[in-house]
Amino acid sequence: MNAPTELAKVIASQPDATLGYKDFQLGSFGFRRDEYFAHIAWKTRDGRPLSHTMDIGSFLRALMRDVGWGFFYGGVNFDDVFGTVNHYSSVDMQAGAFNGTMKAAGVDLLENFPTEQIRATFEQILNDWTNACFDPFAAPQETGTPYGRKNGNNTPAITRARELASRCVGLKGDLNLRSDERGAPVNRGFADVPQDQPELHPEPGFENEVHAFNLFGFLSRSQVTWNPSFTSVVKHSYMCPTTEEHILPIMHSNDRVEWFFQMSDEIAWDCADKNTGKPLARVIMKAGDMAAMPAYCRHQGYSPKRSMLLVWENGSPKLVYEIQNGEAPEVPVSF
Amino acid sequence: MTVQYETKFGSLKSYEKGRVEAIDDDVKHYAFSNCFEIANKSAPYQKVVFGQNQIYVLEALRSEGVSPWFTCAHDEFALNMDTDVEVHLIKLDAAQTVQDPEKDGAVLVQGEPRGQKMGWMKLRRGHQGMLPKNTAYQFRATEPGVLVLQTCKGDLSVEKWADICQTT
Repeated sequence: MNAPTELAKVIASQPDATLGYKDFQLGSFGFRRDEYFAHIAWKTRDGRPLSHTMDIGSFLRALMRDVGWGFFYGGVNFDDVFGTVNHYSSVDMQAGAFNGTMKAAGVDLLENFPTEQIRATFEQILNDWTNACFDPFAAPQETGTPYGRKNGNNTPAITRARELASRCVGLKGDLNLRSDERGAPVNRGFADVPQDQPELHPEPGFENEVHAFNLFGFLSRSQVTWNPSFTSVVKHSYMCPTTEEHILPIMHSNDRVEWFFQMSDEIAWDCADKNTGKPLARVIMKAGDMAAMPAYCRHQGYSPKRSMLLVWENGSPKLVYEIQNGEAPEVPVSF
Repeated sequence: MTVQYETKFGSLKSYEKGRVEAIDDDVKHYAFSNCFEIANKSAPYQKVVFGQNQIYVLEALRSEGVSPWFTCAHDEFALNMDTDVEVHLIKLDAAQTVQDPEKDGAVLVQGEPRGQKMGWMKLRRGHQGMLPKNTAYQFRATEPGVLVLQTCKGDLSVEKWADICQTT
């Protein structure tokens, strides 16, 4: 194993004389951007050159989630060609490995990297390619353009820390409530959401145990989209609510069953086989609906208006291996 | 001009349910249900499992009238999805707490709860309250509503997937 300082080294070019962006290399993969697109290049297993092009806004939004989520549970597909798979101490980077046609044609490539190495490269790509006017965590109507030549950086936006409660939001010593003063105004899409806090009537000495907070109010003040927080925790059961608008910038491939509880408005999900991309189902979710995403699928959501989604996760570190070993099912329940 | 948006929530009295549109899969694998529909068909405070991931569950409860006193060896959380609910809390004497600290899920307190009154809280729609471990808690609602409980599957959890989920 290489030393951490070696892993943190990033292979980058000098900025392009005209466009101002750097090129990057990680293993057999090369990354380049121009005014409109990200270009990914690799050599196939039999040595042929192949390339892939993505809209730069779509690429940066996906890259933001991969970096911000620490590669998340399972696979993060930037689109139906390129993405990563988390193994929790290392990460696969792949092109075409989960595209049925490319896999069958033998033009796919998958390489594994220590997490520190791929994280360092991705963070530098994100930082170099994100201009001052663009926030890849924001809804499209709430940010500037990702296009054009190099124009500064937006480091504060791309280095937001995830908000993770250890027991419950608002408890003393735990994650704080959001407020205007803390830089979290009510989002335009949730201007009609009541902001009142629960009535609490604790007896003396029980002020930190008789506890409740306004979850919908908390969510109405989210400044980001498709980026779950932890708000309450029971053992390894994590309530991970989030606000969604426009398109989930990735197709998430599960390595465990994941549950969605739609708390407001509506999201439509495309579900496909995580290995081949074959379409499996559409799931139309409205306020009060609950649905599971089986461990064998990948899914991408579409939220026409900013909505409140509770992503409910089992964060047990054993779960993914129990599924891999066949000790836990890929489907949520049998009936 | 500022664009106005209307946030759509559901309630027992008014909700619109979505659906699974199968392409090439079994719709049961998505365990699709709706908490308002479940509560409309449930007895008060019946703990209907509508999300399960190994030992962990989310339960949909119809809040109506006064519930029994429950207790649990671990924290639980109640999210109110509809009309107002009060939650009353008592710090149980050790003899009435769940004796096995590893036991999952809520149980009924045997007899009247004994211990120090901790206080109470009123949860409106969207409010989430903590039900701390080793306490007794009771819900009180003057009109029917819906609670979602984050907890573990226990003795009182009711599974009736075929009745609550889309099957075709």
